[in-house]
Amino acid sequence: MNPFTLTRAETVEGAVRDFRDSDSPAFIAGGTNIIDLMKENVARPTHLIGLNKLPLNTIEPTAEGGLRLGATATNADTAWHPEVQCRYPLLSQAILAGASPQLRNMATNGGNLMQRTRCYYFYDTATPCNKREPGSGCGAIGGYNRIHAILGASEQCIATHPSDMCIALAALEAEVHVVGPGGSRVIKFEDFHRLPGNTPERDNTLEPGELIVALELPKKGFEKHFSYLKLRDRTSYAFALVSVAAVLELDGSTIEDARLALGGVAHKPWRDKAAEALLIGQPATTSTFKKVAEAVLKDAVGQGTNDFKIELGRRAIVRALQQATAGGKASDVFLNSNP
Amino acid sequence: MTINTKYVGKAPNRVEGPAKVTGTAKYSAEFEVPNLAYGVVVSSTIAKGRIKSIGADKVLALPGVLQVFSHENVPRQAWFDRAWKDDIAPGGSPFRPLHDDEVKFSQQPVALVVAETFELARYAAGILEVEYKEEKHETDIEQKRDEGHAPGKGKSGYKPPKSRGNANKALDEAEHRIREEYIHGTQHHNPMELYASTVHYHPDGKLTIYDKTQGVYNCQQYVAKVFGLSKDDARVINLYNGGAFGSGLRPQYELFLSVMAALELKRSVRVTLTRQQMFSIGHRPHTLQTLEMGTNPDGTLAALKHYCLHETSRFEEYTENVVNWSGMLYQCDNVHLSNQVAALDVYTPQDMRAPGAATGSFALEVAMDEMAYAAGLDPLDFRIRNYAETDQSENLPFSSKRLRDCYHLGAEKFCWSKRPMAPRSMREGNRLIGWGVAGGVWDAQMNKASAKATITADGYLTVESAAGENGTGTYTIMTQIAAETLGLPLEAVTFRLGDTNMPEAPVQGGSWTAATVGTAVQKACQALGEKLLKLAQKMDDSPLKGASLDDVEFVNGQLRLRTAPEQSVVLRDVLQTSGEREIAADSTAIPNLINMAKYSMHSHNVVFAEVMVDEDLGTVHVSRVLNVCAAGRILNQKTARSQVLGSVVWGISMALMEETVPDHRFGRYMNHNYAEYHIPVNADIHNIEVLFVEEEDPYVNPLGVKGIGELGLLGVAAAITNAVYHATGKRVRRLPIYLDKLL
Repeated sequence: MNPFTLTRAETVEGAVRDFRDSDSPAFIAGGTNIIDLMKENVARPTHLIGLNKLPLNTIEPTAEGGLRLGATATNADTAWHPEVQCRYPLLSQAILAGASPQLRNMATNGGNLMQRTRCYYFYDTATPCNKREPGSGCGAIGGYNRIHAILGASEQCIATHPSDMCIALAALEAEVHVVGPGGSRVIKFEDFHRLPGNTPERDNTLEPGELIVALELPKKGFEKHFSYLKLRDRTSYAFALVSVAAVLELDGSTIEDARLALGGVAHKPWRDKAAEALLIGQPATTSTFKKVAEAVLKDAVGQGTNDFKIELGRRAIVRALQQATAGGKASDVFLNSNP
Repeated sequence: MTINTKYVGKAPNRVEGPAKVTGTAKYSAEFEVPNLAYGVVVSSTIAKGRIKSIGADKVLALPGVLQVFSHENVPRQAWFDRAWKDDIAPGGSPFRPLHDDEVKFSQQPVALVVAETFELARYAAGILEVEYKEEKHETDIEQKRDEGHAPGKGKSGYKPPKSRGNANKALDEAEHRIREEYIHGTQHHNPMELYASTVHYHPDGKLTIYDKTQGVYNCQQYVAKVFGLSKDDARVINLYNGGAFGSGLRPQYELFLSVMAALELKRSVRVTLTRQQMFSIGHRPHTLQTLEMGTNPDGTLAALKHYCLHETSRFEEYTENVVNWSGMLYQCDNVHLSNQVAALDVYTPQDMRAPGAATGSFALEVAMDEMAYAAGLDPLDFRIRNYAETDQSENLPFSSKRLRDCYHLGAEKFCWSKRPMAPRSMREGNRLIGWGVAGGVWDAQMNKASAKATITADGYLTVESAAGENGTGTYTIMTQIAAETLGLPLEAVTFRLGDTNMPEAPVQGGSWTAATVGTAVQKACQALGEKLLKLAQKMDDSPLKGASLDDVEFVNGQLRLRTAPEQSVVLRDVLQTSGEREIAADSTAIPNLINMAKYSMHSHNVVFAEVMVDEDLGTVHVSRVLNVCAAGRILNQKTARSQVLGSVVWGISMALMEETVPDHRFGRYMNHNYAEYHIPVNADIHNIEVLFVEEEDPYVNPLGVKGIGELGLLGVAAAITNAVYHATGKRVRRLPIYLDKLL
């Protein structure tokens, strides 16, 4: 870890200005990821701008009937917020499937979007990594890649985005409100994270110095039929091998609306709208779900250690859609525990 | 047990519990010493090669950096290997930190940066540029299948396995046969507490060393020999370990580095390893095993062959007793056992909880399950049919063995009789349910140890022995033994350990501490009792005149005649009348070699496990585990049960999660942190029950204890693996059982 200075921003404008005027700055809120990155010498900012004094920790209804989640509200406060639990139970379930209570108490909503991959090679500076050091190569390709991507990867990078919360946000089609040196803008969730391509060092589409100030959930919360299914190597405090956020709107047993987002399989929360469209107007049955699962994974490519994720992904999609159809309440204490 | 006791065998709370939960218990990195400098280790990024250069100048230019130690400036130390050999060192040439430019394994310490603050030292270590010349390395035992060799006897405790009968012929003639390979990868001890050493450099040049270790004397001898110090100049203290599991049996490199820096800089130094560096201090080796078995028509074992190959380093020949247990646990006249090692460019493996037996019992007990199915027998019935009444490997009777009672008690509690034999015959919705059984055997060992007991005029007793405490309950059981022996309340007894100023005890390992240190404590208290009796007899009108030690008993702070309990004196009166401020007695306990030659001394257990496997997703949850242990006398029901609970969690971990995964292209472990090296969380652990079948064993040692630290782990991974087979019909022979193996 290198020496750094720390200021605590009082206003969003001040934070953005501080960032613009500093050499090698970074924002810090909960610090649950950037501190690790600094200890491992993966990130070496020389100036940290603390965000926890900003007035961004509220969760409030919007005029459009949605819900605005402040960027510095903690993951725990968000997951347990009555409006979130009642209207967006998918989001609550996804957040609680992530990390541990201690981490969720510290981690913030904005930070959750900004967390970096957990690729082993990214964290170990003794090995090559194009994301950490562009041009150095990808250690994970041809190496140990159990937690790596099967969709949308590139020859430069097969890392995955590790978030659970973001998978639910992708399914719910949230919007990301940001403020930067050029003013404020709104980014659709599907446009926020990006695929690695030839620039894997870029995780998302933020411009330098842009700061997330809020996440906005649309009115529709799919509170009747939802499921967040997370498969991992232990029941808590482990990143997803495959996770599925599934939401449905049913008319009887016919699917009126549906969304699927996958975690643990790509550089960003994975949506496949063409595959989702196969659900619309169809009966909510296992055979329908299997067709969709096939479609979602049809272009999946294994990297060796993670080949199993392709079949696991198919099965997880089917199970998640079955659970969503059934109503989404955690039916399996082993799979859906929220410790 | 028929022995009437007040404390021994009961369930008092941990005596050190309040200190631990209030934070007053001090660990090695927590001792405050004046004028402390901080050392941070720089680790090799390559697995094999030479260090071309160490860019110390840039780092030394930082204000506050005191020194960069590397092979370029390391002071001279002992020349011969024997000086570097600790009590637990296997054969070979021990690793010497910073010795020369050679890199022998990934994450080898190549430099120590010492600075005025920890933060500065860490920063400086982070920017130290080390250039290497890489050489080709080999780190994969699976590429060495044909290059194993039988190890020498360099490691204490290693017993070359003994074969008997004619296994090949018996196999040919067997009714049913199996032959399979079983594998587990590398595992690391991963105690919560990081390895650390705080070296207090005194003005006279003497050192007080607070080191994370399982043996303070072992560390003292190492430091004295390596640096040419007298033992008086290097006092080693370790009062608590935040877990160790064998990783602290040998001195680790933080000890060498901190002492070296303290001597060179003539000031106090602390070195703490990082979590990542904890993956460079020894491990349970990646091990390949093959078992062949055959049965006779009556379901008895006709033959058993067990072959093992595990890794060691290039510089030391680490060995484990992996296959020996297979010649002991079951009755079988034709047994062939073979144990081989192959050298790789890794650090020397190190004993990790139930070394050898955890590995061997996994393979043996899964093979027994496979054999039972091949022969069409219930797996528990198969074991009972092949019950070993004697230790055939040594041709000796057991000093005690109630494993059969464990089988019966466990089967009854687990409702084993309700188990349908066929796999995939129990389910609940998507979940396939399976029941498995397995067990193990471990040595009941005792070593030489000394203790000193001191009673003061106010009636308080202090007993000391330089034993270790890994959180297992040593403080508590020694307090119980001392209180029991001298008839004092627990509150009047303090047991102290972990200091080379105390009488010597061996490293804490092998489950021998209860027997070894416990016997020494009992003996020292008895010796003190004898002195107290003599003083009591000098008192005017003493009712004890002429009585021998056997004629009297110590009860409730009194010394009284066994035959006439009303004839008594109060201990405190004895002390006050004597005019002495305190009375002390030392004693050394040694194992009974005659009994050891006449009897095979072992603990046994059986584990029953229930798993629930998601049929579509492959996730395994261990819903129920019952562990029934026969380990002689249980000194403390609570701490013993806790030990076995922890063992079961460990076994679940071994079965389902634990593996240090190397990338052989880099010769480096890739999941070297707590986030990716998985051990269970609370949500993974469900119902665990522990039962003890106590044994009266007059031969094993005076206390009749066998130790419980390793035993509880045995059979757990195999029972789970067998339960997974029963649930799914899929036989997993390579741990851990990740969900993808069941898709």
